Amino acid sequence: MNPAKAISSLSWRRGWVAVMSLLGLPAVWFGGLYLAAIGAMFVTSFWTVDSLSGQLIPGFSLVNFQSLLSGHVYIRIAERTIFIAAAVTITDVILAWPVAYAMVRLAGPRLRAAMMAAVMIPLWSSYLARVYAWRLILSHDGVLNWALSAIGLPNAHIGYSNWAMWIVFSYLWLPFMILPVSAAVERIPPSLLEASADLGARGLATFRRVMVPMALPGMVAGAISTFSLTLGDYVTPMLVGGRGSDFIGNVVYSNVGVTNNIPFAAAYAVLPLCVMGVFLLVARKLGAFDAL
Amino acid sequence: MEVKTITPPIVQLEGVAKSYGGAVALARLDLDVRAGEFFTLLGPSGSGKTTTLRLIAGFERPDTGRILLDGADVARLPPFDRNVNTVFQDYALFPHLTLVENVAYGLRAKKMPKAQAEAEAEKALEAVKLGAYGGRKPAQLSGGQRQRVALARAMVNKPRVLLLDEPLGALDLKLRHQMQAELKRLQHETGITFIYVTHDQDEALSMSDRIAVFSEGRIEQVGTPFDLYERPATEFVADFVGTSNILGHALLRPEKVRLQPLDAPVPEGANAKPGIVRESIYLGAVTRYQVVLDDGALLAVMETNSVPLGNRLRLNAGDQVLAVWPKAAAVNIGN
Repeated sequence: MNPAKAISSLSWRRGWVAVMSLLGLPAVWFGGLYLAAIGAMFVTSFWTVDSLSGQLIPGFSLVNFQSLLSGHVYIRIAERTIFIAAAVTITDVILAWPVAYAMVRLAGPRLRAAMMAAVMIPLWSSYLARVYAWRLILSHDGVLNWALSAIGLPNAHIGYSNWAMWIVFSYLWLPFMILPVSAAVERIPPSLLEASADLGARGLATFRRVMVPMALPGMVAGAISTFSLTLGDYVTPMLVGGRGSDFIGNVVYSNVGVTNNIPFAAAYAVLPLCVMGVFLLVARKLGAFDAL
Repeated sequence: MEVKTITPPIVQLEGVAKSYGGAVALARLDLDVRAGEFFTLLGPSGSGKTTTLRLIAGFERPDTGRILLDGADVARLPPFDRNVNTVFQDYALFPHLTLVENVAYGLRAKKMPKAQAEAEAEKALEAVKLGAYGGRKPAQLSGGQRQRVALARAMVNKPRVLLLDEPLGALDLKLRHQMQAELKRLQHETGITFIYVTHDQDEALSMSDRIAVFSEGRIEQVGTPFDLYERPATEFVADFVGTSNILGHALLRPEKVRLQPLDAPVPEGANAKPGIVRESIYLGAVTRYQVVLDDGALLAVMETNSVPLGNRLRLNAGDQVLAVWPKAAAVNIGN
């Protein structure tokens, strides 16, 4: 019997052989690299650093967490990070709906393909290039103010501020909201929208009572992306946020690279994980994963 | 001279045409439906019957023509401004809502207070024998139960006209017969006008007051089940409604023909033609035969199995027979 035949008949007789050979590599990847890295980070967050020699001291100490909770700066930074992540998520939900609806329900096949490309193309270009483009738009002598002066309006001072971060993050992660929302809108059977109109509901009522609840899983999937991507970013705050706009990620970055206090960085990095955990629990309570 | 009470039409279609990108779905249709009628749109798929229903519901707009509901042209009104409700082929129940919320949906859309709307919905669910299921979601129901929820959800709004789009298509035969009786009962009790789309001629014949037979975007004939079966206007109607033998321009229904031995006496005023049985299919209550007449024509014959077993003339393929029918049984098509 040739080897290919032997393998296929073995995996037919013993189902687990097929399952293991398909799942083996992803399991190593997920368990060995991802979970182990998070575990290592979690363990390290209880270590300390010798302030003179800079040596890591393994052990179990809550000192990192104590200094995080007692430092007003760190709490302010965490609040800012979470607040902007939430604002970006809400903004993207609002922006994604009309695009998703037009793409799936109104556009013909050609327009639809063009819209899909327009949503996807930015994802294939460099993140840095896109953030720098926004710097040029938003800075004090940038495109935005140039355009405002041209039509006789006063200049806007939103470059290097929380407003700038809100705008740039909303732009960056919008495709991650549009894609799952339009997939969810597409899965709503057209007869349900007809039934709603047939029963006397106008457009807005149909949107609120049929489309939004039925597309909820898609909105939550998008929100997980936009929220977690904002929560973990540190490049955009660095480039468009300016002074006093640090995110959790910026503190982690400077403690790893500059101060060399890895345990403290690890302790602070545990926070976004916990926030995401709470976020997912709330999403599950809302029934967002019922369809999975 | 026959005296009839003339009820004014509740739905009127005048010169309604609809095409989809060059393909004609309906070609200048005229149709009157009377108040309180059980009116059926019957035809094969693609004949325009569903398009007609969707035009009345407001899901499609006609290219030309008028759609009158109680005398007022509604052709340009959206579905939510028309006092008609639809029972959809796939039921279109809202999966995220309970049965009570589903049935109360139309009342809530018309701003009825929640408590009152839900009380009405409970009553409507009881009327279709699902009173105990109000808190469940549609996914927890069987096909027949979903069908009844869809019916309650439409009828609770007390529409002027109820539109039903092949509502029993997905049910098995026994359930379908039950639901046919149930629909007739509901229609009788509420007095609501039903417009019913089906491709099933048995269903159409057994339920309807009147039937419009559709073919290729046109209406071939409008009439009672009796009219369509006994006096079909066209060959299409004769063929689509029931089984038919077309002899020249005359229609002869299979159950009107008797088969007898060649030497048996032929009754007065009857046609008799000799032939050979080609096929004999026993179906329980009846037996179907295919007989090749000596002139070459093929004749479908249906005999009831009313003679006790043993006394019956048993006919098999190859037997010589005489096909006999009263002269009046063969009717000219179009008369």
